[in-house]
Amino acid sequence: MSLALPVRGRRRSAGIRNFELIAGGILTTAMVALALVAPTLFPNVNKMDLRARLLPPFTDLAHWLGTDPLGHDVFARIATGGRISLVVGVVSVLGAVSVGTLAGLVAGYYRGIADTILMRIADIQLALPFMLMAITFIAILGPGLPILITLMIVAQWVQYARLVRGITLTLRDREFVQAARAIGVAAPVIIWKHVLPNAAGPIIVLMTLNVANNILLESSLTFVGLGVDPTVPSWGGMLADGRTYVQTAWWVTVFPGLAIMFTVLGLNLLGDWLRDRLDPTSSR
Amino acid sequence: MTGFLLRRIGLAVFVILAVTVLVAYSVRLSGDPTAMLLTGSGNITQADIDRIRAALGVDRPFVAQYLDFLGGVLHGDLGLTFFGKTSVNALIAQALPATLLLAFLSLGLSLLISIPLGIHAAVHRGSWSDQTVRLLSLVGLSFPNFWLAMMFVLIFAITLHWLPTSGFFGASSLVMPAATLGLILCAINVRLVRGAMLETLSTQYILVARSKGLAERLVLYKHALRNCLIPILTYVGLQFGDLIGGVVIVEKVFNWPGMGSLAFDAISARDYPVIQGVVLVLATLIVLVNLAVDIAYGLVDPRVRLR
Repeated sequence: MSLALPVRGRRRSAGIRNFELIAGGILTTAMVALALVAPTLFPNVNKMDLRARLLPPFTDLAHWLGTDPLGHDVFARIATGGRISLVVGVVSVLGAVSVGTLAGLVAGYYRGIADTILMRIADIQLALPFMLMAITFIAILGPGLPILITLMIVAQWVQYARLVRGITLTLRDREFVQAARAIGVAAPVIIWKHVLPNAAGPIIVLMTLNVANNILLESSLTFVGLGVDPTVPSWGGMLADGRTYVQTAWWVTVFPGLAIMFTVLGLNLLGDWLRDRLDPTSSR
Repeated sequence: MTGFLLRRIGLAVFVILAVTVLVAYSVRLSGDPTAMLLTGSGNITQADIDRIRAALGVDRPFVAQYLDFLGGVLHGDLGLTFFGKTSVNALIAQALPATLLLAFLSLGLSLLISIPLGIHAAVHRGSWSDQTVRLLSLVGLSFPNFWLAMMFVLIFAITLHWLPTSGFFGASSLVMPAATLGLILCAINVRLVRGAMLETLSTQYILVARSKGLAERLVLYKHALRNCLIPILTYVGLQFGDLIGGVVIVEKVFNWPGMGSLAFDAISARDYPVIQGVVLVLATLIVLVNLAVDIAYGLVDPRVRLR
């Protein structure tokens, strides 16, 4: 589910760009804010109320999105479940970007054996689909948040490494880097002050799209029982629970899915907007 | 060219070997399968445990077990399931066609929609229809495929009663799974087609074709599309792994009797030989598809070979 597509040649009006920024910003901010205040607003999210099972939405003000088969409030669970999605999305991407950027900088700047090894590892990793690796390891080691995040980092650092390596390769022979080298600036300082800032734009774009992508991956794996603990409220878990009730209680599956969609759409809109702004190779 | 071919084939073999080691070793990480086989079987002596361990072959060192497993794989034998003692080959032979059918059907469907749509968007770049296609594709990339599948079930099976909810009852069962995966693939591919088409349309031979007065339809579909099919098909081939990953998840919603259902059933039963078999077969398939794409691309485009 790689979202970093080679999209080229767009010429878009300022109106559309602003729409992306505003819509993406609103959706993302709303979801993050909801996830942050969820524990304060809904301290009893796991409290079951079997007298209020499967209440339809928009009938009871206390449960305006209805309740699930165990009498949990759907809105409270969506708000709380967003925390899992955000943690998975953000932590996995931060891990992957740290490892990948470092590897890419070293490989691209120093070339040589480090570069060869990195590119061979990258070739192997890109040939192993994430879903299959996830199935293998989670089937064996058992599901859980740490293993999920680790697998995402292991699978995705390569994307950053390749991106940063490519940019570093073109930068290392540019005049301003040569000049810095000529006046005796140490290599780590050159990398930090001259190379990295120039790679920041594309890295941020890839990060945004990968947070979105990893939220989707987490919900998929949780849905099939290979993600987070089913007793913890999460969007994928809610969809898995609601699946058996889809005939009688549509709201239990529709609303968590919409929550995923709005969050991921918000991040994708922001990613697209950022790509226009920050990635010089994509705008023409 | 020979060097390029050898390098690619070497890498493919290496990746497949790496997968076999990974898969064989991961089973060891899970601990002793005998404990699980014996749960609930009353009083068990150490002799019983030893006998079962010997029967399963898990009492030998890992290297011996791995070589055994690899030997079996090379002979096309994936072993027996832990519980039913049926052959893993037979299970996979049943499940693989169902998965491939779904994968290729949804791929075909997505290309059928995304190629004309992408061309239209590229030709009318910046128009409202281009913007609509872009926005729709962004929306299509923003929800999980299994949720779209559930929404289809809700609308077309439960509310409208047009289609069966799940299982495998002939052609009507194919519609919803293929449409789900096809539409999501479409969201990815339409951007790809648009990008490739824009690049092709800015080349000189398109200018020549247009300036000699060729009908626009011929320029687009005969000259431009043919040339940008190469990058499109390459990218589609490289996405094959993601496609299979998606199929595996969606199978769960529709109880589709494919590799995904097989794997998830095996996971809940902790039937490791089946999980091994599924992962190994799918990974090999994906590596081979990628290899074929690489070689085809190398044959068509001489610039790739020089790397």
